[in-house]
This record gives sequence, structure tokens and C-alpha cells, in this order.
Amino acid sequence: MGDLSLGHFVVLGGILFALGLFCVLTRRNAIGILMGIELVLNSANINYVAFARYNQTGYDGQVFAIFVIMLAAAEAAIGLAIVLGIYQSFETIDVEATDRLRR
Amino acid sequence: MSITVAVFYLLAAVTVGSALGVAFANSIVYSAFALMGTLLGVAAMFVLLGADFLGVVQLLVYVGGILVLTLFAVMLTHRISDVNVSNRAVGRLPGFVLVAVVFGWMVHVAGSARWVMKAPGAPAPTTYGIGEALLTQYALPFEVASIVLLAALIGAVVVSRKEVKG
Repeated sequence: MGDLSLGHFVVLGGILFALGLFCVLTRRNAIGILMGIELVLNSANINYVAFARYNQTGYDGQVFAIFVIMLAAAEAAIGLAIVLGIYQSFETIDVEATDRLRR
Repeated sequence: MSITVAVFYLLAAVTVGSALGVAFANSIVYSAFALMGTLLGVAAMFVLLGADFLGVVQLLVYVGGILVLTLFAVMLTHRISDVNVSNRAVGRLPGFVLVAVVFGWMVHVAGSARWVMKAPGAPAPTTYGIGEALLTQYALPFEVASIVLLAALIGAVVVSRKEVKG
């Protein structure tokens, strides 16, 4: 495995997490916020797999990563459906303009 | 520097560069395409970590499914010919400060922690082990996951359909 260590992957996961958090905090486009969430979930997955590899804990980490990917798929389907519903009601998906629950 | 480390830095550069594009691009369409680079980079990271099955799952589900879904939503919610394809971002300075603090703290914790580490063995096929784990130790979460997916599927259809009056 050469000189690669756990730290490389942990730092990479940290960078992805920070960028995803930044995306969630600053975006006002609902789809942009969902993309930020995808970045955060991916960073968590990198950490799961890296820790599983460097601790020799069998397949637990990878199975958890599979569950995370599955939940991300469900979240994306529901989230984007809600975004489309918001767009039909408000003609915009700027989250600061959508401040009512009923028309 | 061994070839593995060089490959890691190359892939990490692609991943982080694309993630920067996702966070800072002016157009939401550019953000969506940059997200593809990030997801492909993460898939390559999985392969580098010896998780071959997970890399393929990442490729199929994320790049083939979630990203296409995101692109569809982008195209459906914007008049693409519009000049003002909004990907407005506000509060960048407070957001940057907060994220910098969180990131610095995470790096500090990761640097000061003493991880229990063992030298990883040679990469081996993981499909058999994952399949066995899913059907024995994780059988119940696996079934719950399928119910969640079914509910999400039906929920997405119900939420996004147009209401037909009368």
C-alpha cells in the first residue's frame, strides 16, 4: 500500500465535509443545498471505508457505506420531488422566497 | 513517493477541485456537472481503499442515478435559456468563518487522536464478504432498508405528481 496512511483519507474526508457544509450554509438554491448534503454523505463514506481498511474490522464499514448510499438515494428522490412541488407552487426554488406552507 | 501515493494525490486533486466547483460555481448547471467529478473521484478512492464492490455501487447509484436525477431537477426548475440561472449564495463570509473553525477543529482532533491501526493486507475481492454480512449479521437492517426505499419511491411519486381536480 506504499506510504498511504489513514490520515490521508481522513483529511480528504474532512475537506469534502467542510465544502459540503459550506455549500449547505451559503446556497439559497434548494438543489444546491441537496448537492451539499451529497458531499457531506460522501465524506462520511470515505471515512467509513478508510477506517474499515486500516483497522481490519471486516466488512462492517463497507456495509454501513452501502446503507448510507441507499439512504442518499432515497433522500435525493424525496428531496427533488419536494423541490419540484415547491417549484410548481412558487415558480422559484430560492429557499428564502418559499416562506409559506399554503398558497 | 510511491506510485500509490501519486495516484492518491491525483485523485484527491480531482475530487477536491470538483467539490470546490460544487460549492463556488455561479451556475447551478456547472455545480451539477462538478458534482459528477467529485462522485467519480470518491468512487476511485473506494477502489484505492480496496473496496471494489463499493466503488461500482457508487458509480451505479450516485453517478448513474442520483446525479441524473439532480440534473433532471435542475433542467425542470430553470428556464435554461434565462440569463439569470440562479445559484445565488448569501452569507459567504460568516459561512466561511464557521466552516474554517469546524475544519480546523476536525483536523486538530484527527491529528491528536491515537488511532488503533493495523497494516492493511493486500486488496482482496469484497463481494463475497459483503453479501454474507448483508444476509446474516445485517439481514434485518437490509430488509428495513428495502422498505425505506419502497416508501421513498411511492412518496416521491405522490409528492411530485400534478393534482387532478374533479
